[in-house]
Order: sequence, then C-alpha cells, then structure tokens
Amino acid sequence: MFPRPIEHAPVSRRIIYQVMLPISLFVWLLPLLAIFMTSIRSAKDINSGNVFGWPSSFDLFANYSGVFIRSNAGQYFLNSIWITVPTVALSISLACLAGYALAIYKFRASVPLFFLFIAGNFVPFQILMVPVRELSVQTGLYNTVTGLVLFHAAFQTGFCTLFMRNFIRALPFELIESARIDGVKEWHIFWYLVLPLVRPAVAALSVLIFTFVWNDFFWATVLTQGESSKPVTAGLNALNGQFVSNWHLVSAAAILAAMPPVLMFFLMQKHFIAGLTLGATKG
Amino acid sequence: MRSGHRNSLSLMPVLFIAPALLFFVVYVILPIFQSFYISFHEWDGLGEMTWIGFDHYVNLLDDDRFYTSLKNNLLWLVFYTLSVPAGLFIALYLNQTVTGIRLYKSLFFFPFVISQIVVGLIFSWFYNPTFGVVGHVFEFFGAAPPSILGDERYVTYGIIVAGLWPQIAYCMILYLTGLNNVATEQIEAGRLDGAKGWRLLWHVVLPQLWPATFLAIVVTVIGALRSFDMIAIMTQGGPYGSSNVLSYYMYETALSEYGYEMGYGSAIAVVLFMIMMVFIIAFLWKMYQDEKDWR
Repeated sequence: MFPRPIEHAPVSRRIIYQVMLPISLFVWLLPLLAIFMTSIRSAKDINSGNVFGWPSSFDLFANYSGVFIRSNAGQYFLNSIWITVPTVALSISLACLAGYALAIYKFRASVPLFFLFIAGNFVPFQILMVPVRELSVQTGLYNTVTGLVLFHAAFQTGFCTLFMRNFIRALPFELIESARIDGVKEWHIFWYLVLPLVRPAVAALSVLIFTFVWNDFFWATVLTQGESSKPVTAGLNALNGQFVSNWHLVSAAAILAAMPPVLMFFLMQKHFIAGLTLGATKG
Repeated sequence: MRSGHRNSLSLMPVLFIAPALLFFVVYVILPIFQSFYISFHEWDGLGEMTWIGFDHYVNLLDDDRFYTSLKNNLLWLVFYTLSVPAGLFIALYLNQTVTGIRLYKSLFFFPFVISQIVVGLIFSWFYNPTFGVVGHVFEFFGAAPPSILGDERYVTYGIIVAGLWPQIAYCMILYLTGLNNVATEQIEAGRLDGAKGWRLLWHVVLPQLWPATFLAIVVTVIGALRSFDMIAIMTQGGPYGSSNVLSYYMYETALSEYGYEMGYGSAIAVVLFMIMMVFIIAFLWKMYQDEKDWR
C-alpha cells in the first residue's frame, strides 16, 4: 500500500492525521457548508450582512417551501425527471444492443464503429448546436421534453456503448460459444444469457447518465424556451435572475437542484465509481 | 479465439447495432458535417443561406473577441490540468485505512456530483465583495475586497478555481481506484531497495497509476475545452467579454440577444472542434494500441 499505512507511523503522526482529516474536509466543503447555512437564514440576515454569524432565526422550512411557492421550481423538477428517466432507459437499451454487437461479432466495421462512438462522445457541444436545434425546430421537437430526451439519449449512447462493449467483452466468451453450439438463437443468447450478466454495467451507467443528464445546462438552454420543458438547471439560472440578492432563496433552490444526483451517488456509490473510472479499475 | 461464423451471422450485428447507430448518426455525426457546411454561409437561422466561402474564417483572424476567447481557453487548459496533480495529492492523503475513511472519501468526492450550475452559483456568492465569503475575509484584514468576477484581470482565474473544485474531486476518485490496484509486491520490493517517499512514488507507484493518469488528463482536457456552464452562470463572458471562451462565444454569437449569426457561430464551433480533435485523435490512438494488445 502506498503511502505507508498510518498505523505503522509513530503515535504522534497518527494523531495529527486523525485531527487533520475532519479539518481538511471542513475546508474542502466550506463553499457547500456556507451555501447551506445561507439557505436557512432569514431575509433580514442577508440584508443586514449577517452571513457568517449565528443566524437570527432558522428559516429552513420557510425558505425551501418559499422556493416552490414563489417560483416554478415544482414544474422544473417534474420536467427534469421526465427528461432524465426516459433518457437513461433509452440510451442504455440502445447501448446494450450495440455493445453486444461490437463485443461478440467479428465484422470488418466493428472497430471503426466502436471508435466512431467514442469520438462522438468527446466532441464539443457547439459543433452540434445549430444543426440539432434546427432539426428540433423542423420536427416540432423544439421546446419539448421529448426533444431533449431524444437528443440526450442519442448523445449518451456513445459513452454507454463504449462502456457496454468493454463490459461484455470481458465476459467469458465460451458461454456464448457453447450456447451457439447448442443451437440457441442469437436473440435468445442476448436476452437470456448476456442481459442478466450485464446488470452491474446497467447499474453503473444508470447512475452516471442520470447525473450527467440531470446536471445538463447547455442543451436545456439551446433546446427549450418556456417554462413547460425547462429542467432544474435552466430553471435555477432563471431563478437566479428572479430572486436577485435574495440569496437565502437562491441557495435553497441550488441545494434542492443538487439533491437528486447527490442522493443517487450516496445510494449507489460503488456503481457510480465503477462507471466513472471505466478502464482504470480493470486489473 | 473469437469464432468467425461470418456468413451465418452477418445480418445479426447489423440488427443489433442499427438502432443505436441511427440515433447517433442523426444527432451527432451528421450535425458535425452540417456545422462545417453552415460555417461557409451567411445565415440568420431563418432566411436563405448565402454561400460566402471562407469569409467567416478570415473575419475570425481580425476578431478581438475571438482572440480573447482563445487565450482564455488556453488558460483553462493550463490551469485546469492542475486538478490532476491536486487529485493525486488528495488521493494519497486519503489512501489510508483508518475508521470512517470511506465516508471521508465520498464526502471529498461530493463536489463532482453537483451540477456545474450549482457550483457556479456557490462561487459567485463566495466571491461577492459585499456579502460573500471573500469580501468578509478581506474586511476582516481591513482591506478593500476585490471584485473577482467584476475585474477583467481576475475573472477568468476566479471561474477556473471554481471549476477546479469538482474536477479535483474527479481526478481524486480516479487515483483512489488506481491506488487500490497498485501491486503491493512491487512497492514492498521498492521499499526493500531503500526507496521511499517521492522516489518510491515517482519510480514505482506513478508508472502503475498510468491508466488513471491518462484518463484524468483526457477528462480534464475535454472538460477545460467544454467549459460553458460556469461561465454562463457566473459572468456570461463578462465583464466586456473578458472571461469568454470559444464555447460561450459561439453560443453568444449564434443564439443570443446579440443576434443570430449562425454561420459565424458555426465557424467558431469548427475551430473549437478542430482543437478538440487533436486530443480526441490522441486518445483514440492510445485506445487503438490497447485494442491491439488485447486481441
């Protein structure tokens, strides 16, 4: 293990380490703690400049419910859910199929196609912006939740396929081969043999894509306009303008917007990290 | 090893891959070519397109806002990369087995999970000279607080620091997983040879962490060039365009109150795309080498 385990260090160093841990964490998360503290203060504190001192009153409930009462936050949340959940389902389904084809079959276009999916995944959004917006306007998908779902699903398919293909490829190929020899239909091999085995990959991708899409801001601004399809990130930007200098409300809204991915992460931490580190965990 | 039932199976891969490919081509591959095409035109997004050849690209050469954005992109690239060593540092710091360390690791990773919009908001407030944390710190020392986001000299650095926060967390998690997989025997052997501290890190540990380092560099470089959200929420490219980057400048040109210059915007996007392609090709090349080893 590197660095040398602290258990083997002199007691004094061990104590210093144990004391430093919470202090460094506190400093690291200070911006977050500060905004949380702001989100439970009263408007009076904000206006009188009491940002650091003890809050004059704890308005947690008033501020957080205020966000919903005084803005369209409820609608934004619903929109975000309607955008994110179908995207996760669609992109992972597509990627299971494509990843299976790229991992199991040997055909000439296999590697070039695989690289196409990877490369597409890294392009700057701006090179897609004008044409995708135009396409959405033409097909009546502009400013709709469906329009965002279709784009996100298509874009995320690149990353998901990369991940799925590598995952399926690491499965024992003999399993598939012996099923083939037994005369099992290809479709059945995929459905009954491979799909149950890729469940960990599906879990990893689900949390990851959920987070990516939930946190998306760019496409939300490019492909939506009104309130009807705006997700929380774009909504938060609007709120920031609407609640000018009402920092207690802006903070509360920011924390609410951050909640779902944070919960997702803490509930499915192992899968989340497996997804993020792709090849680096191998070995 | 892989069996080639080529003839009997030739239709199957097509069926499996077709849906994903269709989506990907329509929404990702074709738009790239369309953007190239649009960049050779004058177009407001509504009326007729007029072919103007390379005029937009020639105009870019004389565009100060373009140069400012390009310079800021370079700053982003250079300083954002600091998150790789910083992530390694925190990973080494946390790579222990004391009680509760798991919770510490996940809490350190926390900033990455949060939307960049939220991070941007947090830091806007943090930097605010009148009621933000920075303002209070300066006041405490009796100095006049700087307006970090309002000053052309500091603004880009201010946004980059905000961007570093989640990115360091990302690099840290890559390294923590990498450190888990480092071969213990080699480290022990290194220790027996009398190597320790920096020498052990440099000669024994880092080479084994190469996959993590590679991935960290890739995601950081791509992240630096993609930076958009933070600029949008913190400064909208201001003051006076001084914190603009290509991605935001493109958006501003093609799709904002400054006018719908889709052609010029696309030309900016093409330049950004070309810069990114250099890194994408390098990344693909590395993956291709790994693929060959695997076969």
